[in-house]
Amino acid sequence: MSTLVQNTPPAIEVSHIVKRYGDFEAVKDVSFSVADGEIFGLLGPNGAGKSTLIRMMTTLIPLTGGSAIIAGHNVAKEPNAVRRMIGVIPQALTSDPDLTVEENLSIYAKLYSVPKAERIHNITEVLKAVDLLKWRGAQVKTLSGGMRRRVEIARGLVHNPRIFFLDEPTTGLDPVSRIAVWEMLSNLRASRNLTILITTHYMDEADKLCDRLAIVDHGTLVALGTPLELKHNVPGANVVEVHFDRETPEWQARLEAMEDVTSVQAESAGYYRVLTSSGSRTTMQLVELAASLGETITSLSVQNTTLDDVFVHYTGRQLRDEQVKPPAFTLPPRPGMQP
Amino acid sequence: MNRMFAIVEREMRKFFRSPMLMVMSLMMPIMQLLIMGNAFGGKITGERVAVVDYDHGPQAVKLREAFDSIAVNIKTFSTVEYSNEVEAREDVRTGKINAAVIIPKQYSQRVYAQNRPVIGLVVDDTDQFSSGSIEGEMQSVIAALNAPAIQPRMATQIALETVELYPYVNYLKFLLPACVAMAMYISVMIGGGMLYIDDKARGVHEGYLVTPITKLELVFGLNTAAAIKAVLAGISLTVIGSLLAGLGVIFHPMADLELLALIIVTAIAFNGMMFLLMVRVEDPLTPRAMFGVLNLLLFYPSGAMYPIAAFPAWLRALSVIDPFTYCVDGFKSILLKDGGFVSIQFDLLFLFVFGIGTLLIATPLFKRTL
Repeated sequence: MSTLVQNTPPAIEVSHIVKRYGDFEAVKDVSFSVADGEIFGLLGPNGAGKSTLIRMMTTLIPLTGGSAIIAGHNVAKEPNAVRRMIGVIPQALTSDPDLTVEENLSIYAKLYSVPKAERIHNITEVLKAVDLLKWRGAQVKTLSGGMRRRVEIARGLVHNPRIFFLDEPTTGLDPVSRIAVWEMLSNLRASRNLTILITTHYMDEADKLCDRLAIVDHGTLVALGTPLELKHNVPGANVVEVHFDRETPEWQARLEAMEDVTSVQAESAGYYRVLTSSGSRTTMQLVELAASLGETITSLSVQNTTLDDVFVHYTGRQLRDEQVKPPAFTLPPRPGMQP
Repeated sequence: MNRMFAIVEREMRKFFRSPMLMVMSLMMPIMQLLIMGNAFGGKITGERVAVVDYDHGPQAVKLREAFDSIAVNIKTFSTVEYSNEVEAREDVRTGKINAAVIIPKQYSQRVYAQNRPVIGLVVDDTDQFSSGSIEGEMQSVIAALNAPAIQPRMATQIALETVELYPYVNYLKFLLPACVAMAMYISVMIGGGMLYIDDKARGVHEGYLVTPITKLELVFGLNTAAAIKAVLAGISLTVIGSLLAGLGVIFHPMADLELLALIIVTAIAFNGMMFLLMVRVEDPLTPRAMFGVLNLLLFYPSGAMYPIAAFPAWLRALSVIDPFTYCVDGFKSILLKDGGFVSIQFDLLFLFVFGIGTLLIATPLFKRTL
């Protein structure tokens, strides 16, 4: 994490921002600010309002209420001034597959009216930064998913923006490519003094990449702070995950009654996540309890509090719950079928 | 302006990298020209006509000799001997033969006595083209038999002399203007309509909208690119089609200028119309679903296949506002008649005004935000 310069005006200042579609309120009175040179994350499940927020800040959709000041310019009143200061990478890969890497970048530089000499220089520089210099003449369709994402990042930087918005930049990438993108964004921030705002629903991405985070749920900002601050706000320093061989109705109450335990979540039959202030002591007690009752523990793990726990703490459910859609249709039981 | 040209550059680079659009724009009109041009408008030949001769007199022989002459010369039909009228009628009904001529008893006697001689003709009138053709040949045979053996020195009957201004126009040539219009329509539909909506759905427009490009630059960039693609399709099909149809007008520089002007205003008109139709569409399926309906609504009322004068009033009204009408008329005037700028000036004016008008209506409807 970098040391942020706090005495400069904020790069992004969002104040009581609201977006309504008819009766539906997609974003509800959200306020936050992002310091110059900061990597700021909007974390939340699909449909939480992250993309709507980023689209309002990047002039793509009008605000229903509130204000957003980007690099000193009001989004509603000076949209073109805002557009000149920002680079935006949408969620989808939108570079033209038939065009070469350089052609894609060149066309976007022209859309920002970058003069020819500067354009050629900038393209070389950003391709160096994303490690695609030797692929500049390759058609985008010949590149891998990770490389295509790097082309998108280079395209968003070709006009030297001050603030960089990325909407779920690592969705669909394999773990190695994701880590490569994180490293690249950290390096770009340092080398270009960029302010970066990303949206993500990956906890590890938010944890490792962002200086500060805003957790968004159902269009509302539910928590704001550094990943460390957010984790400290969760009662309990450790998470013990325990899986018993056999489910009994008493487990929940027995676990909650244990010393140091702050909360217990039943994940599935016999499987519990236990938040505790002392992971080692709770582990010992769990083993002793199971032995005294003649029960078997099939798995046991102790870990530090994660952002997943932070999300559960603030929203009352797990982030991954939101990503599993219920089946649209289930077959009715056959006549005579046993329940 | 530079930003507008960046949009044009992107569209044209994509167009030349993926030649499928050009191929598809030209393939269907060329196939249409070759297949429909050769299938329709040809002379009917090889029909089979039954001859039931109850007379066997000299005049019946003369009649059959006339039929034989048709069979070996113009080849519209050949004759088959039948002994029985009922059997011949049944075979016409079942399609074994196309028509039957009945020469009644005492036909020759009646001819010599000038006592209302009659020949019967049974035709299958479910096929208007074949029956009309056989009937036409029969009428010409009868007219020849009725003509006096010695022509009077002074003509006593009124005659009509037709002067044809242009060389014989076969159906292939007649169809060419419609096929050029069709190629440009397909290019605009795919290159302007479908790709526009597909880009919108893929998020490409989102990428444009976060840049400082203005609404006008974006609209004119997209439309200029689509119009250039349509112009290229129009030029290609005019050249290929003229060579296939054997029209030499494309080798005259003045005619080429007229054709270019017509192709450019047609591209503007078709593209303006397409942009107006697509400006608020989000679903990529919509232009695909509209393709056939639009084709039907624009192509057939234009007089491309059948004269507008034969249409009912409501269809004529549709043809008046149909840009295809003016495009087809303009191409006919140059390709088939070599009529010069005078013959296409109204077509040029209508297409230009139509194109600019539709663009002016569509531009305010284009949203600068999502």
